[in-house]
Amino acid sequence: MDMQALVIAAHGSHLNPDASTPTYAHADTIRETGAFDEVREAFWKEEPHFREVIRTLESDEVFVVPLFISEGYFTEQVIPRELRLGGWEPDKWESDGTSASQVTLEAEDVGKTIHYCGPVGTHDAMTDVIVQRAESVTDDPDVGEGFGLAVVGHGTERNENSAKAIEYHTERIRKRDRFDEVKAVFMDEEPEVDDVTEFFESDDIVVVPLFIADGYHTQEDIPEDMGLTEDYRLGWDVPAEVDGHRIWYAGAVGTEGLMADVLLERAADAGAELGDAIDRVRQITSPANGADGDASRHSQAGD
Amino acid sequence: MPVDTARRVTKMGMDDESTSATQRLLSTLTAAEESETTGQDPTVAFDGLRVTRDADDEFTLTIDAADIAQSSLNAGALESLLAGDELESVAAYVTNWHYWQETVGGEGTARRAFLRWCEHASLSVSAGTQGGNGDERGAEQGQKQDRTLSVPDRYAALQDGIDREWGQLCITARFADVDHSDGERVYDLWHVADAGTDIADLTVYDDPGEAREIATYDEDGRYRPLKTAPTLETGWAFTGLSGEELVDAVGFFYPATIANWHREREGNLDIDHWTETADRQSGIYEVVSELPREAVDWMAEACCVDSQCLRRREWEYEDGDELDANGGDGPFPCREPCSLVVAAARKWAIAESESERTYELELTPTERNQLEELIDAVADDRTDEIREADVNDGANRYRARYLRAKRFSDEGGLAMREQSETESEAESN
Repeated sequence: MDMQALVIAAHGSHLNPDASTPTYAHADTIRETGAFDEVREAFWKEEPHFREVIRTLESDEVFVVPLFISEGYFTEQVIPRELRLGGWEPDKWESDGTSASQVTLEAEDVGKTIHYCGPVGTHDAMTDVIVQRAESVTDDPDVGEGFGLAVVGHGTERNENSAKAIEYHTERIRKRDRFDEVKAVFMDEEPEVDDVTEFFESDDIVVVPLFIADGYHTQEDIPEDMGLTEDYRLGWDVPAEVDGHRIWYAGAVGTEGLMADVLLERAADAGAELGDAIDRVRQITSPANGADGDASRHSQAGD
Repeated sequence: MPVDTARRVTKMGMDDESTSATQRLLSTLTAAEESETTGQDPTVAFDGLRVTRDADDEFTLTIDAADIAQSSLNAGALESLLAGDELESVAAYVTNWHYWQETVGGEGTARRAFLRWCEHASLSVSAGTQGGNGDERGAEQGQKQDRTLSVPDRYAALQDGIDREWGQLCITARFADVDHSDGERVYDLWHVADAGTDIADLTVYDDPGEAREIATYDEDGRYRPLKTAPTLETGWAFTGLSGEELVDAVGFFYPATIANWHREREGNLDIDHWTETADRQSGIYEVVSELPREAVDWMAEACCVDSQCLRRREWEYEDGDELDANGGDGPFPCREPCSLVVAAARKWAIAESESERTYELELTPTERNQLEELIDAVADDRTDEIREADVNDGANRYRARYLRAKRFSDEGGLAMREQSETESEAESN
């Protein structure tokens, strides 16, 4: 069998060292399974850059999975351009905005086969990660009854597919009939995350931001806007009392260990041979097996 | 599965490693014969060693550098020769073959070329000719730095270890077992500034993944967004790495440098000059292509010199239009403006779209000098070194506070008057 490689394509940051922490954590989880001959992190703002990652690989068969929430500017323009994917155009994904799976192209600088996958955020397995995030933050594997779940998205300001991805998972979770209420809320459009307590009747509300990494939005903006804290630097309680509700605020879903599973599912959908790696990753990242759950160990309430 | 693991399994149970290497070489020759249909005698030729098996099952062993040429050998005689029973130097060639061909493998890969470079072994570039559209200057530079050693010289040097520098990294290649050399190499990795430090004073790691953590923050705990900035922290060492682990660790410290260095040596480094990278940008970075020509010179001088980044800048303004600043002398090339340069270029492109004006303000000569000292101190990252009470330094905090107290207006900022355009035009006329 040809050697196969996984490239996790993430945004990264020039300013915030924590932006890439989940990317590294998920890559390490996947390395542990040995499913790929090579696993590489690649970034827009860090190194190796998208531009130069493929040449660091010896494998001829490369699976590139964008660690992004939705189809949009980065997945449709930036990543394919920087990877030099010959013949790429967004139509090749034949996506309705949340259904991109993969397309096989060639990276023109190195002549390797690239299976360019849809972003993690729109994969069905992401629904499970959101639910697992709710379980982690409440420390209750059966959380649901008596609880509302709010999934927070950026909103449509920059990209209409961003809201589509949020609504897609919200709908899927609602159909499972596990939580009393499930709603999508946004940072820059109605219904707004600031007023989250107005949209729920449940006393307990789990709030899961559909973001890849913790940073300004998830650690400063959203906690203050929801009234969890006066000043993000002081931290906040989990749960925190707001307007007679208990808010269980989870931090970015992308830091959940189970994200590694979504990366693998994307590669498997694109034809990667993974053996039992998916099962093993689910086991490694399951809170029931003592996994921390939180891949980033970001500073949280009271830290 | 990593190549290494597979190899180790095959070697288990062998008492003497040079015997194992000998037998591997013999079985390679035998296997080659079975699959050969061209009529050519099966041959193992590597790093100056040449063993041929002819149709009569007789062997010829040649090592030109050691003046060895023996023919008409039967299998037993060859085996004894290869094991070094008569000439010790022969065994070195055999274990050397084993290490490179069986343990490292990866013919043509950057990984192999880098590990060869680590011990000054000749580059096994197939024909030795430079092809492709690569940058000649860079390729020549890559070649110039090479002083290749023969197998016996390398084996003598590997006893104590061969040191090479890669940016701020020092790499030592050495034998895993000095007393019973089976040709197996291991690699140590540490900061060049720690070369004289006792290993007991360093934090020792063996997992290449730890390099990521070390590379994230500088000595003062500040985030390092540019991995090749000359601000790598000291005080650590990786010891006893396999070749594959060494390449992984170097890849975490300085991502993609080995790949681009290799392409440069092979003559196919694909350089994207400033205009190509700028024209490709979109979104908020589309504006960078408006950066004036002369500003690109200032930018390269500001960001891309050795004091700021250890990559050797090979990109220019455009093909045939070179930038003024020195591109640097490091072993690994920079093939296009990085994301930090592009992000900074956006700031400068927007700033450079403003037209210049003439301001009038009052300063004493000392105060004017002080402004220059302040700019120099920040540009040279020297502010931390300025002593609290060193009021002779214009960038001293008290001096800066005094200047602010005296010259800033109540609204903040330097008190000054802007000359109206008509006024300045009138003046220039």
